[in-house]
Amino acid sequence: MNVLVCLKRVPLAGSTFLLTPDSKDIDTKHLGFGISPHEENAVEAGVQLVEQMGGSLTLLTLGPTEAEEQLRSQLAIGASRAILLETDGEDWDPQATAAALVEAVKAEETQFDLLLFGAESADSAGYQIHIRLAHALGLPIVTNVKSMKIENGIAECERVVGTTREIYQTPLPAVITVRDGLNIPRYPSVPGRIQARKKPVDHKKPTAQVPKLEKVSLSVAPSNTAGAQVLGKGAEAVPALVEVLKTIGILA
Amino acid sequence: MILVLVDHDLGELDPLSLRAITAARRLSDDVEAVVIGDAGRSVAEVIGNHGVKVLHVATHDQLTDYTPAASGRAIVQLIEQLNPQAILAAGSPRGNEQLAHVATYLDLPMAAECSEITLGSPHRVVRARWAANLMEEALVHSELLIATVLAFSVEAEPVSGQASIQDFAVNLSSDDLRVRVISRGGDSNRGGVTLTDAKVIVSGGRGVGGPEGFGALEELAALLEGTVGCSRVVTSAGWRPHAEQVGQTGTKVAPDLYIAAGISGAMQHIAGCKNSKNIVVINTDPEAPIMAYADYAIIGDLHQVIPALTAAIKEMKGK
Ligand SMILES: Cc1cc2nc3c(=O)[nH]c(=O)nc-3n(C[C@H](O)[C@H](O)[C@H](O)COP(=O)(O)OP(=O)(O)OC[C@H]3O[C@@H](n4cnc5c(N)ncnc54)[C@H](O)[C@@H]3O)c2cc1C
Ligand SMILES: Nc1ncnc2c1ncn2[C@@H]1O[C@H](COP(=O)(O)O)[C@@H](O)[C@H]1O
Repeated sequence: MNVLVCLKRVPLAGSTFLLTPDSKDIDTKHLGFGISPHEENAVEAGVQLVEQMGGSLTLLTLGPTEAEEQLRSQLAIGASRAILLETDGEDWDPQATAAALVEAVKAEETQFDLLLFGAESADSAGYQIHIRLAHALGLPIVTNVKSMKIENGIAECERVVGTTREIYQTPLPAVITVRDGLNIPRYPSVPGRIQARKKPVDHKKPTAQVPKLEKVSLSVAPSNTAGAQVLGKGAEAVPALVEVLKTIGILA
Repeated sequence: MILVLVDHDLGELDPLSLRAITAARRLSDDVEAVVIGDAGRSVAEVIGNHGVKVLHVATHDQLTDYTPAASGRAIVQLIEQLNPQAILAAGSPRGNEQLAHVATYLDLPMAAECSEITLGSPHRVVRARWAANLMEEALVHSELLIATVLAFSVEAEPVSGQASIQDFAVNLSSDDLRVRVISRGGDSNRGGVTLTDAKVIVSGGRGVGGPEGFGALEELAALLEGTVGCSRVVTSAGWRPHAEQVGQTGTKVAPDLYIAAGISGAMQHIAGCKNSKNIVVINTDPEAPIMAYADYAIIGDLHQVIPALTAAIKEMKGK
């Protein structure tokens, strides 16, 4: 079973965002970086599949040179190798990103049985790169998967919609996009981290395109309340809260 | 003309589609809609009452359940026939998915989760990033605009009217039909209220301290006829099932009352609960970021406050 996981380096923001002076980007001076949570689940799923069935796990990202950090920390969890499609640091639009990923997959000698993605990227959330890639490679795609089982070359996938669960089946090779909750991603072990330093990361220069979805500027969405009315400290404030619950109609 | 994909599940309308129709009507008086599969016919009356003039029903004997790639194919065939200025859908997982197939077949850009749309050349949109904590202004360079409408950015506005129905037969290949819903796993809710329709949610974070701590939250939730929610730290630690996670990568909720106990208020959590009518915070830290989003707060240890609240409510109810 040869698995590919596509992931994206994103800043890890806390409770607010600071923007650069031109409002084009997030000011990341004081931020750490990681990958989108859904993609952590994709990597974990890939590691588990290779543990069970053998084969290889390859990671693929398009991003700045620094994205090698994210590849190394995911290699530490269990992947065998990684490919970095290096940009000059600018965000690429979904069509350009998908085209570059497709080109990289086609250039591989490895035939991937399963191409795993996050359901959406944490930062730009375009909901489309995987669908574009699947069609370009002529592969079936199941999205938003919260649990999956692979047997005899067939993936059975479950997706939660409201209160029901939808079941899909697809033959492999296929593209599957996963959501947080699929599994609990493991932390890298110390030996894992040491091995990861020696694992191969291929750097490639993808072909850029003029963006058709062109970012102009960013703004921070306003928080909608004026802040909390403090009812008091500890259990002593409970009677005040009970009164509030009556006023807002929760308690009769 | 603006075309809107109206989503339905076996004939049951997705109410977010009505919001997408209202967003379309702000761009043009000439709004038509498309549903995929015969079962979608049932939405005609309500969408007529939201200003849609014509409902196109994509028919094919295999279109009996959700089949996203085939939806994309059907919409593309209709677009070729009608030549609309824009195709919109709700910014739901299904809306985003079906229009992403459309955008791929046509090799055009797609702007997901837009809160504002201005048609032009290029089109200008404001769209959500980071679960709508950041808004992006963007230009869309294509004649046909393909966009989804951010879930709660527009209220659905009824108007009186009627939609005429026009069937169109879709051509599909076997590849278009490869991935479809083959069965349903039934109710994923645990026999009670689900997060999405709960009126009261008692939500716990890292401050709860461990799985045992949630017993007190469950008791309070049951007393208020609500359910338990939690933060991602809690699901990642395996203290609670993922179905209870509120936030950007969990569930987005909008109850009458959201009690956040031992939750700091990271924006990815806020993204999931900010549409709640009332937010009550219980936190030892008066500086916790969640205070900025809360309506009421008690500064203190949740292990004292929650049992005291439960006892007070029980006494009130005479139990
Ligand atoms: C892209 C992305 C997506 C994410 N999606 C989600 C998501 O969907 N949902 C989500 O929740 N998170 C999500 N996160 C994680 C998020 O950033 C935070 O890490 C998480 O919400 C923090 O959980 P917490 O508030 O429980 O923990 P903490 O941030 O550790 O806060 C614990 C709080 O408990 C308080 N406390 C401690 N002890 C007590 C006590 N005895 N009584 C009262 N208060 C106490 C502390 O003062 C503190 O405020 C996401 C992160 C990323 C990067
Ligand atoms: N720059 C990138 N490099 C590699 N994979 C990516 C990149 N951007 C997005 N992806 C993958 O595509 C998924 C969907 O992204 P998006 O269409 O932006 O919501 C992500 O969860 C990743 O798995």
